Amino acid sequence: MTDIKIKITDRDGVLHEIDAPTDMNMNLMEVVRSYELAPEGTIGICGGMAMCASCQCYVLSDTELPEMGDDEEAMLSEAFNVKDNSRLGCQLHITEDMDGLEVELAPEEL
Amino acid sequence: MIKTDILIIGAGPTGLFAVFEAGLLKLKCHLIDALPQAGGQCSEIYPKKPIYDIPGFPEVLAGDLVDNLMEQIKSFQPGFTLGERAETIKKLEDGTFVVTTNKGTEHHAPVVAIAGGLGSFEPRKPLLENLSKFEDNGVAYMIKDPEVYRDKKVIIAGGGDSALDWSIFLADVASQVTLVHRRNEFRGALDSVEKVQELKDKGKLNLITPAEIIGLNGDTQLESVLIRKISDDNEELVLEVDDFIPLFGLSPKLGPIGDWGLEIEKNAIKVDTFDYQTNIPGIYAIGDVNTYPGKLKLILCGFHEATLMCQSAFQKIHPDKKYVMKYTTVGGVSGFDGTKKEAPKAVVKAIE
Repeated sequence: MTDIKIKITDRDGVLHEIDAPTDMNMNLMEVVRSYELAPEGTIGICGGMAMCASCQCYVLSDTELPEMGDDEEAMLSEAFNVKDNSRLGCQLHITEDMDGLEVELAPEEL
Repeated sequence: MIKTDILIIGAGPTGLFAVFEAGLLKLKCHLIDALPQAGGQCSEIYPKKPIYDIPGFPEVLAGDLVDNLMEQIKSFQPGFTLGERAETIKKLEDGTFVVTTNKGTEHHAPVVAIAGGLGSFEPRKPLLENLSKFEDNGVAYMIKDPEVYRDKKVIIAGGGDSALDWSIFLADVASQVTLVHRRNEFRGALDSVEKVQELKDKGKLNLITPAEIIGLNGDTQLESVLIRKISDDNEELVLEVDDFIPLFGLSPKLGPIGDWGLEIEKNAIKVDTFDYQTNIPGIYAIGDVNTYPGKLKLILCGFHEATLMCQSAFQKIHPDKKYVMKYTTVGGVSGFDGTKKEAPKAVVKAIE
């Protein structure tokens, strides 16, 4: 299997069911960008270095995800609109274990 | 009024390299940047990160790349307006432009090159109710002149490099420095973290973690802040301060450039890939700030775009001059400061 199913609710509340490739070295932020689920320039601003929180999302399913790294934890401690289920999309590398993942994009920081 | 040939908005790698290519064509450049230093994202967001796709550099730290670019363009004597954001643009009758910053500094040039990257970096502001009331009345998001804090009681919030570095610096300037962060852990260069630890142990710096500032008090001038400790009992305390400096990083915004009548698509400026000119003749857009079919936001692409932009700018500034591109290996580099770099002459000598 090279594609998994992910449900992403965009910032306007619209649900998208998409196929995400596991063999393209992509992370969740990049998947969102590749499907253009958030306007360019409003997501993945730092490019995926966990140095902005523009790809913050809320994890809605109980999918098991890799543990947070120090960088991600540090960034989320300073981000706005953070909830207990917040993660940075750029730090979630797409793997087969994530099949069925459901997330909601956090609002854009203004 | 500052006068130049090419006015470059944005002093990131693309804008800096444009100075070099313009210099080869004997065109002078002046750069405006909202940040207090040159380098754009490379200096501000990831100076210590290695970049692996700069041609000829198997690995180069972003900060070093900026230092190298500054060295490369030095002899072309670029001017800088730093810490100011380009706000308005006016096209004069002769087709030249006047760009004015938020501080009122005016720049006049026949060609404007927007190398604005993701936009100007605006400080991320904490979500506090009466924050705006105290802006410039005790609350500041950037430190331009540390002397302002001499013998003052200062509180800094944040957990990154800038919060650490300024806490360290101000510990010797201010009468009291308090650093508040939502976690016990800080993310910064190891020596900065260690230095803060040392200052704390010596009692030169007041560290309150994990905690956050939840209220600001004062008539017109900030007088005290309300701090809530993040613990089981969420203890709250009031601390008298003169200044509050929240350092929560910066987020880029396209900003006023978005209102200049340029064609915008996907938060970027549309250009013609022939010469990276925008829909307004004389205004170019290069680097991450532009978009066109197939666009890649890479520093190396920005360098290419800057080079072609300068050729077109030359034609625009000198419509009657003939020009052919010269290799630097052939023509060398003649700076505006009188220096000349060139390849050493080959030795012509018979071998007997």
